[in-house]
Amino acid sequence: MLVYLIRRIAQAMLVIAVMATLVFFAVYAIGNPIDVLASPQADQIELAAISQRLGLDRPLWEQFGIFVWNALRGDLGTSFVYAEPAAKLILQRLPATFELAFTALAIAVFVGIPLGVYAGLNPDSLGGRSIMGGSILGFSLPNFWQGLMLILIFAVILGWFPAGGRGQTATVLGIESALFTLDGLKHLILPAMNLALFKMALVIRLARAGTREVALQDYVRFARAKGLSRSRIVGVHILKNILIPVVTILGLELGSMIAFAVVTETVFAYPGMGKLLIDSIGRLDRPIVVAYLMMTVVIFVVINLVVDIIYAAIDPRVRLSEVKG
Amino acid sequence: MSHPVLEVKNLSVSFGSREGALTAVNDISFHVDRGEVLGLVGESGSGKSVTGLAILGLIDAPGRIGANSSIRLDGQELVGMPEHELRRLRGRKLAMIFQDPMTTLNPVLRIDTQMIEAVTAHENVSERAARARAREALQRVGIPSPDERLLAYPHQFSGGMRQRVAIAIALLHRPALLVADEPTTALDVTIQAQIISEVQELASQTGTAMVWVTHDLSVVAGLADRVAVMYAGRIVEQGSVVDVLERPLHPYAHGLIGSVPSRNKRGSPLAQIPGMTPSLGRLPPGCAFHPRCPRATDICRGEWPEATAYPGGRTARCYHPHLENEVAA
Repeated sequence: MLVYLIRRIAQAMLVIAVMATLVFFAVYAIGNPIDVLASPQADQIELAAISQRLGLDRPLWEQFGIFVWNALRGDLGTSFVYAEPAAKLILQRLPATFELAFTALAIAVFVGIPLGVYAGLNPDSLGGRSIMGGSILGFSLPNFWQGLMLILIFAVILGWFPAGGRGQTATVLGIESALFTLDGLKHLILPAMNLALFKMALVIRLARAGTREVALQDYVRFARAKGLSRSRIVGVHILKNILIPVVTILGLELGSMIAFAVVTETVFAYPGMGKLLIDSIGRLDRPIVVAYLMMTVVIFVVINLVVDIIYAAIDPRVRLSEVKG
Repeated sequence: MSHPVLEVKNLSVSFGSREGALTAVNDISFHVDRGEVLGLVGESGSGKSVTGLAILGLIDAPGRIGANSSIRLDGQELVGMPEHELRRLRGRKLAMIFQDPMTTLNPVLRIDTQMIEAVTAHENVSERAARARAREALQRVGIPSPDERLLAYPHQFSGGMRQRVAIAIALLHRPALLVADEPTTALDVTIQAQIISEVQELASQTGTAMVWVTHDLSVVAGLADRVAVMYAGRIVEQGSVVDVLERPLHPYAHGLIGSVPSRNKRGSPLAQIPGMTPSLGRLPPGCAFHPRCPRATDICRGEWPEATAYPGGRTARCYHPHLENEVAA
């Protein structure tokens, strides 16, 4: 297990290094941040001054050298726009995005799995067919349009939920989160729904396919021959077997929900990391873009690690092979 | 005894399909007495496994049990019984073990979980008591260090061990009837012999009657009291194991027994029944066996012959039985 862990961390380091290098040069190639940052009236002297202050007057390889050197000491650079450390800016936005992503994940799991299992057990019933039809809709609706419709229906017409923003936060046990206030939850529901719908459709499909397959297995038949109740067969014998593919996919999807909730955050003016990323790309704020993507890699690696650990908890066969390896 | 443990009358099971319903089991009747072992013999697709599932009420849609069918367990009618009542009988009075031990235990649940739930499904006992019962049951089927094995997962057992666990689970509640669907087919010969003798012993201890589904005549010869031979969804011959195996009446049973390799002389070509088992969708008219039957005549193409009784409590469905074998032992 330890060797495995070290190998995983080394892999992650390599990916981070490659990523940082690529992004650094790519953002440099897109354009000159000075053009965006300086006021249109600025003269040559002012431009040169800004350029010097941000270190953009030096040759590219030197800028890169400075970046690497600072990064190794834990400094990911200072935002051109906010004049604050990039890492700090991102971390400030992190809780908002985490709230969004985990709420969406919870909706996808706790609504998607029961619906998928139901559709798998009753594939020809009206309910089962409707669920599958709905999941196709969930797959194919464009995310931004779906977000706009949610705002239109639930915020504008019905007026149940606010149209955007994060709402109040409260601090419980030293964690500041919008999950602890009614206002915060109200603000969270629409964007979380928007983010969850696609994942929910995915979970429904996986759970349904898994259920249909597992329900035909001999061990389900044997469980019935033992005289177990239906709820026990479905809730334990079937559910535990279908969780493996669901966990795999959700792990990957959680990463993408955290890192790329961009569309949802933009539509709902939600102050998360994705919104910061989009704004920073627009302003060619290189330190934030680079730091953001590095952070994304770390998040993906951590999630994959957690997924592997959950696997071992669900599937005893994985546990055994891990000991041998 | 006033009535047999299991009495099956006119059982039909059909499966709906696009070309119309396929009848997998067609109007079969048999009974099993207390403590008796009935061997249900036939080729793949003859309907013997479906019969086993039907007894447990495990036929799922699109499968359907025919209108006139009757399955009585201790006189109690099982066909049409509500699912929740049937569930209470399964595992308690009626048990079943399956062909492939590699797939009958849930791979992600520990053995103790799977055994304890089988106990508590029918008896209101504490988990500790249930665990003790499970431990005892494992010991009875010859699994060493049961305490340790209870904590293991199915993949940590060999095929033979898994089948023993399945048998232990099936016999937990001393059922009146055990349906065994080729439980030894997937095992090698030595394990097969061990398991059969263990099941035999356990069943006689608990007074459990058995329906042993198999295509292996040597297993039937050693285990069963009576045999029913199935062909294309019908029972073509039924009788005591000695009568049917030694002096078969029906040409199919005759051919089947003649095909057992050990009965042929060394070096001579293996005897076989010509042709293939017919597909249920395209059964020939009349007796389904006639295209392969050496004794077939025109009458065989007309209608299935009725079951005819012969001395010694035997029945056969044939217009041209081997009457030289009619004499009862």
